[in-house]
Parts: sequence; structure tokens; C-alpha cells
Amino acid sequence: MKDLNRRDFLKIAGTATATATLAACAGKTGLEIGDTDPAGHHTGAIPTDKMTYRTNPNTGDKVSILGYGMMRLPNKPVAPTKDPSAPPIEEIDQEQVNKLVKYALDHGVNYFDTSPAYCRGHSEESTGIALKASGYDRSKYYIATKLSNFAPQQQTYEESVKIFQNSLKYLQTDYIDYLLLHAVGGGGWENLNQRFLKNGVLDYLMEQRKKGLIRNLGFSFHGDVEVFDYLLANQDTYHWDFVQIQMNYVDWNLANETNPSNVDGKYLYKELERRGIPAVIMEPLLGGRLSKMPDHIVATLKQQRPEDSVASWAFRYAGTKPGVLTVLSGMTYMEHLQDNIRTYSPLVPVSEEECEWLENEIANLYVSYPTIPCNDCKYCMPCPYGLDIPAIFVHYNKCVNKGNVPESQQAANYREARRAFLVGYDRAVPKLRQASHCISCGKCVPHCPQNIRIPQELRRIDDFVEKLKQNTL
Amino acid sequence: MLKQTRRILAIVFVLGITLLFLDFTGTVQPFIGWMAKLQFLPSVLALNFVSIGIVLISTLLLGRIYCSVVCPLGVLQDFFAWIGNWRIFRKSKRAKFANRYSYSKPKTWLRLGVLLLFIIMLETGFNAGAIFLAPYSTYGRMVASLLQPIYIGINNLLALWSEANDNFMFYQVEPHNNPTLLVIISAATMLILFVLAFMHGRTYCNTICPVGTVLGYIAKCSLLKMRVQREKCLKCGLCAKNCKAACIQVETGKPITIDYTRCVTCGDCQGVCSTGALHLALPKRSQKAETPSENNKKAGQTDKSDLSRRSFLAITGATVAAATLKSQEKTTDGGLAAIEDKQPLIRMTALTPPGSLSAANLQQHCTTCQLCIANCPNEVLRPSTELAHFLQPTMEYNKGYCRPECTRCSDICPTGAIRPITKEEKTAIQIGHAVWIRQNCLPASQNQKCGSCAAHCPTGAIQMVPVDSSIKQNAKDGQWYDGEGNQLDWRALNDLPMIPVINDEKCIGCGKCEYLCPVRPFSAIYVEGHEQHREI
Repeated sequence: MKDLNRRDFLKIAGTATATATLAACAGKTGLEIGDTDPAGHHTGAIPTDKMTYRTNPNTGDKVSILGYGMMRLPNKPVAPTKDPSAPPIEEIDQEQVNKLVKYALDHGVNYFDTSPAYCRGHSEESTGIALKASGYDRSKYYIATKLSNFAPQQQTYEESVKIFQNSLKYLQTDYIDYLLLHAVGGGGWENLNQRFLKNGVLDYLMEQRKKGLIRNLGFSFHGDVEVFDYLLANQDTYHWDFVQIQMNYVDWNLANETNPSNVDGKYLYKELERRGIPAVIMEPLLGGRLSKMPDHIVATLKQQRPEDSVASWAFRYAGTKPGVLTVLSGMTYMEHLQDNIRTYSPLVPVSEEECEWLENEIANLYVSYPTIPCNDCKYCMPCPYGLDIPAIFVHYNKCVNKGNVPESQQAANYREARRAFLVGYDRAVPKLRQASHCISCGKCVPHCPQNIRIPQELRRIDDFVEKLKQNTL
Repeated sequence: MLKQTRRILAIVFVLGITLLFLDFTGTVQPFIGWMAKLQFLPSVLALNFVSIGIVLISTLLLGRIYCSVVCPLGVLQDFFAWIGNWRIFRKSKRAKFANRYSYSKPKTWLRLGVLLLFIIMLETGFNAGAIFLAPYSTYGRMVASLLQPIYIGINNLLALWSEANDNFMFYQVEPHNNPTLLVIISAATMLILFVLAFMHGRTYCNTICPVGTVLGYIAKCSLLKMRVQREKCLKCGLCAKNCKAACIQVETGKPITIDYTRCVTCGDCQGVCSTGALHLALPKRSQKAETPSENNKKAGQTDKSDLSRRSFLAITGATVAAATLKSQEKTTDGGLAAIEDKQPLIRMTALTPPGSLSAANLQQHCTTCQLCIANCPNEVLRPSTELAHFLQPTMEYNKGYCRPECTRCSDICPTGAIRPITKEEKTAIQIGHAVWIRQNCLPASQNQKCGSCAAHCPTGAIQMVPVDSSIKQNAKDGQWYDGEGNQLDWRALNDLPMIPVINDEKCIGCGKCEYLCPVRPFSAIYVEGHEQHREI
């Protein structure tokens, strides 16, 4: 963990503010779209015709800089089952999805990214329905989906081909605009070989590209950088039309700080840019975390552009890189969609100073706040051993953001922070439901949409609590 | 002057000691913890020579000032007696003073008998009887069982306010679950004391209290005493009528005499005397000259008092020596008295807190004042309901465990039942050892991966091993092999059901495993107490 004592903190914050002041002078233009009317409302609400588009050098596609990620589609509870004790089941709220998709199309969004694995396997179907229902012609939007052959039994040629063909069926289309090898890099080269090379699936996909069933072939990358390097080194063979990478201003230089298995966005992006391969950006908000920032960072960002959302900084940052084809956002709520459309209609690029400021000052400040990416969705619940997992994470994050998670006993506010954390912990979570009672059975792990390593995080929090209680931090 | 000073000091002491019992946060202990350690019987049991010295010297100088100032039970009785002095309770409402006491004859043999009985009970380890005679622990039990619940209740109301206002000034505390018997005993003691003190002042102190008896006979030799100046004395008897110790005898034709074994140097008599004939004074030569002649006149009486004085010195001398000897024996070799094993649902041997050295040491030193229990922040210490250690602290791990950073009970104990230890020492004191119950354990009985006990063990005494005993670790390469000699990779090893094995030598018995074991209502791992604590 990084040592951030009070003095360092003030230094960082101080420099950040100083730089920000400079940046604000330089990037004055930004205020034009944020103009408000005298009553304080955003003028013109959300523009329908100002979306920024990027051109795909291979196909000439004009792709909206905002891409719609179909992974976090809104759910609604299914009518209660006969058994009242059974846990409630949810399904995709198709009506809402239709509304969101139509709204997105109406406002210039034309890239929709789904996968056979998303939303308990219902995302493609739902996307297909919503796109059809929108009334837009198939040529007006681009569909991206993936070959998500994660389970070992899906990794044969036949099964993988079936997955692709099912995608066409569920999406109610004859061709896929952007097809990705889903999440390569995890499990290393061996995993890639197993899923796509050895069984001839990649050859099949390249053949489909030749036939026109796949207009652009690419891969999405997480994890082992060797795989990334290998695939790009063989560009002559594979001719990747695009690559999907995780990039945001924190990951640019500090990917390791947020997740040890992540590769710096800077490296990934530069490698793609060097080869002229368009980059599709995922996790521009780091799973929503870059919109839920600690108060201090919120204030710093808001001070520069008071009318703009905190999230807008992350979207502007990602969109500013010229090699970016589109920036994906998994928008569950209309408000998110509207805010993102506003940010990108049109994109006001971050200035060089702002860029520098975000990548260094803000990112460093952010990683010094070790929040857990829990959105209190409660998917992990109920814990068979009675823990209140989200309440523990929410309390922890609240304390992180309020500066009540001291780095060490030397922290200036150690005593107050310790008390606030421990007293607040007992208030937020009954003793018998606290992190210490986790037995690491792991039943919650597959349920977490944020892929939080829940048992490890609980263990970490418990260790922290122990250190606070024992005064050994 | 004497009365005012005594009152102020008494209020300071009684409030301080009461606060020690009430304050569950442990904030005041470092500042006023010494007030409890100054208590006489606890200091004798703890061989706290500094405290014993202070009390003895103060008594030799000023008489039983200890009983008027330091002893919380004495001060409480004064408070009850003061209520009895209120005008509404007086027979003659117009009188300036209550005038409700009168001289009573010394009950010397009763006092010495009780003292002897008390000493015998302590010597034989029958603390369950002795505790009801000991003044400080009687007071402690009343505060802990009657007042602390109210204090915690108020705190919890404030905690609600605090939470509503999002500050961290107050936090919720679980009230101690006092046994009903303790509450009944405390309430009954309180009632009896109230009636006695309300009606007759310091009856308890001068008939029953063993500390009062010991200090009373020492006070007989004190340098400064409340003395009557015969030339000023009108023999109006006002002093005797207002002496709550009932120790001033006014007889016609005889000079006023004061029984110094019962006088608690409160100064009340001085306050009521209209001629200023009473003073805390050194013996006067003239008086000394007079005394023998008077004594000669009433030869029988004097002989009697001489006798009692002599017998007292003999007895106390012997007892102090014996108590001292015994305490030393306990700290060195520990297990003089064999303790009956408890037969509760789980534990064969009751757990006693780290610092208590052994079950025997705790049993023989503890006067059951409840100070440790009232101060335990982890809900571990409880009053025992077993007769052998009735109301003495015992440990349960169902609501918490003995946390490593906490040495509160050892810091606060005034009797030496729980000796002071540091946090570092605590990590190496073995008070018990963990025992595994196969049929309760998740991996063994339900094939559910767990390992909570091993993960939380602060000393690393618990390791997880495969249930299947044919899977063995090779000592040379550290790898695991199954029955057929195939090496298991970490993935395969990870999927194996594992059970905890306990290294008894490393286990300190803190109870974290028992408390955090997910199996309910009976943990699959629990701590068995050790009669004799040892360092590991």
C-alpha cells in the first residue's frame, strides 16, 4: 500500500489544484457545452445531432464515440414464485432496454456491444429485440459480439461455431459488424491456444470475415500481456481490425494499483496506435468507480467544470485519444445514458494539461484511496454464513472516501479515523455479520458482477480491523 | 474543618471508585485505577505493600480515616445515614441536630468472631462465604449489578442520539448479563445496609466488617485521636447523640470516653460540640497522668479493654502473617487447592483470564468485586455461578473472545487475582487449549471447505490438513502425494476437504477459533481451560 501521510497528501492535493487552475485557463472552451440557462437547467437538454464519430480505417464505418455496453441491462423481478421462501428471480426488463436503445439511437449512438455470456446469457437476445424494435435500419448501427467459449466443453470447434451461429440467430442478423475473441489473456497463452488456435476456431472466424459474415475481427484483452504481444506480433497472419482494451486515466499508468493482473493502458494503447489498429475502450470508468469518487476528488474535478459530471472526465479522457474507435459504457439507467450522450455531443477533448493532470495527479490521488468496486448490488447475498457483504464493503468505501482508513498510526487523524471506522463498523454491520465471520467458502464469488474477490477483500478488511483494534497499523 | 475535608475526600473517592466500575471504555482506569488498589483487603491479598503501608500509616496517624474516606461501602453508609438525618425523618423537627444515635456497648467478641471466621474462610479457600463480609467487593457487586446496567442504558440512549447525528461520541454497548442471583444478592445487601445505616449509622462497620475490626484495633494506637478537653466539656451528650459509630459514652459522674476501635474519625462530634471541647489531638501529658488514676477506679473495665487489645494484637499479628505467607505460596507453586472440575455443557475446566496465573490463584485472591467483569470490553468475563468460585470471573467465548490487545482485567484487578501483564506477555500465556470436535466440523461432516479457525489463529497453532489421511506431505520436498504416490498440484490440493489440527503447545486459549467457528450452536472447536497457566 502506498504511504500517503498528511504532508504528501497536501502536496499532491496542492499541486493538483495548482495544475488544475492552469488547465482551466487553457481549456476554457469546455464551458460552452455546459452552459446553463438562468434557471440553472442545461440548455437544450440532450443534443440529438452533435455526437462525435470516429472512422474505422478498415471499413470506413462512422462509429459513435459512445458505444453501448449491453452487460448491465436493467433487470426487473419476475412475478413471485409459489414458494414464498424461494429467493426472488430477476429477468431483463426488456421494455426498459427497448427504450434505452431507441433513445441511444435517436441521439446518435450506433455501436452496441454484447456477448453470449452477458446478463445470464440473455443479453444478445435482448439486444436483438431492442434493435429490431427501434425501427432503425440494420445499416444504421453496428453490432459487436464475442465468442465467449469459456467453459471447457465449449472449446471444441463444433461448440464454438454453434456459439457464433447462435449469436446471429439471437441478434436477428445475417452478419456481425465487430466480432471479438472474448477476454483473451486470462489464463495465458495456453488458454488462448485451447480456445481459439488448436481447435481451428480462429481460422473459422477468419474465414467468416472473408465471407463477409464478420465485418471486423478483433479480440478483447484482459490479463497476461504475453498473449497481447503474441497476437499483435502476428498481425500479418491475423489482420486484427480492432482490439478492445481496458483504458482509463487511472489504468494509463497505474493499472497494477487497482488490480495486480491488469496491464497499463498506456502500453496497450500505444502498441495499437503504433500499428494503426483502432482501439475499442472498455472500463473507461473502472467499473463505475471513477464516477463514485472520494469527496476530495469530486470537489477538485467539479471545481474545474462545475456543471459536468464526475464521470464525464473519464469519458472525455478516453475519447480524446485519437486511436480510439469507441468508448463502451454499460448504461443501466437513462440518466447515465443521457449524461454520456451529453459528454460526447460533441466530445470536448481534454487538453494536454488536463490529460497530464488526470493521469498523474488525480490517478495517484485515486489509487491512494483503496476503495472496493462494490456497487451494493447485493448479488452476492444471502451469504450462507450470515455475513452482510455489501454492508461491509459500503462501510469500508465510505470510510475510504471520508479519509477514515488511515494508512498507519502516523496518519494525522489516526485516532479520530480509527474511532469512526470501528464505531461506524459496529453500527453498520452487526458483530456476527462482520468480515471476521467469513470462512472463504467462495459461494459469493461467481455472483459478483464486479468480479470482486469477495473472500479476499473481506479478509483484507478484517485484517485492517484487527490492526486498528490492536493499534498495530 | 475535619468533617468538611473528610466529606470532600470521601466524595472524590467514592465517585472515583464508582466510575471505575461504570466506565466500560477503560478511559479512567489509568488515572484512578489506584483508588481500587488502595483498598485494604485487596492489597493484603495482592501483597501490595505500598497500599498496605499507606493504609496502616494513615490509621496509626489519624485512626480509621480509611473507613471514612477510602472505603466506598463506608462512605455509602454515611450517605444513607445522612439521609436518615434529614429533618423529615427526625422525631424532634425543631432540633438543630438529628440527635438520633446513642452509645452502644462494644460487641468485641462478635467482631473478633466474625474476623476469625473471615480469616478461616479465606485460608480454607471458601471465598464464596468470605466475599459477603468484605466491604469493598460488596460495594463493587452492588455497583456492577445494579448501577452499571442503568449507566449502560443511558449510554445506549446517547449512542442512538450519536448515531442519528452521525458522530462517534457514543457507541452501543451490550449490557453485562448478570446472573439473577447476583442481582438479588446485591439488592438484598443494599437494602440491609440501607436500613442499618439509616437507623443506626455504622453498625455494619463496627460489628461485621473484618477490615473495620482490624483497622479499629490498630486505630487504638493511633497518634492523633478525637480527644475531649475536660475543662471545656459540659457533658451535654450532644456528641454521643450524633455519633454514627455509637462509640462515645457519656455517663454522669464520669469523664466522656470514646471507643477508638469504632471511631472512624469522621469529625461529626466535633461539628456538633458547642464548646469546642473535641479535637483531633496528640495525647496530653496531663491527660496521661490522669488516665491511670481513672483507670484504677474502674479496674475491671480497663482490664477488659487491655485484654481485648492484647488478644487483638495476637490474632491480627498471626493472621496478617498467615495471609502474607499464603499469598506468596500461591504465586510460586500455584496449585494448593484442587479445584473441582466444572461440569457445564462444554468445558471440563473453567477458563480464567490471562494474568490470573492459575485457577487456584484466582479462586483464592478474588473477592468478587466484579471490577474485571464490569470492565471487560469483549463480553468474555462473567461471574461464575459455580459454588467453588461463586461470582468470581470465568470466561465464555460465545459473545466474543479474549482479544490480544486487551489487558484491562489484569490492569484493574486490585486483589492480585489477575496480576498485571503486558500485551506482549499476554501473547505467550497459555490459559487453555483448543479442542476439535469432528462431528461438528464443516469439512469433516459436510465436506464444506472452511478453515476459519486456522485463518484466524493469532499464534498459528492451527494447521489445515487433508481429511484423507492417505494424502501425505513429503518432508523432503514439501509436496503432497496421494496414497498411490502421485503428486498433487496446488489446484488439486485446494479442492481437498481439509480439517484443522491443533498444536496444543502453541495454542494460548484465546478463543478466537471458538468464537469465529461458523458452526452453531456448538462450535466445532472450543477451548478447554487449564488450571495452571503457563508461558509458551
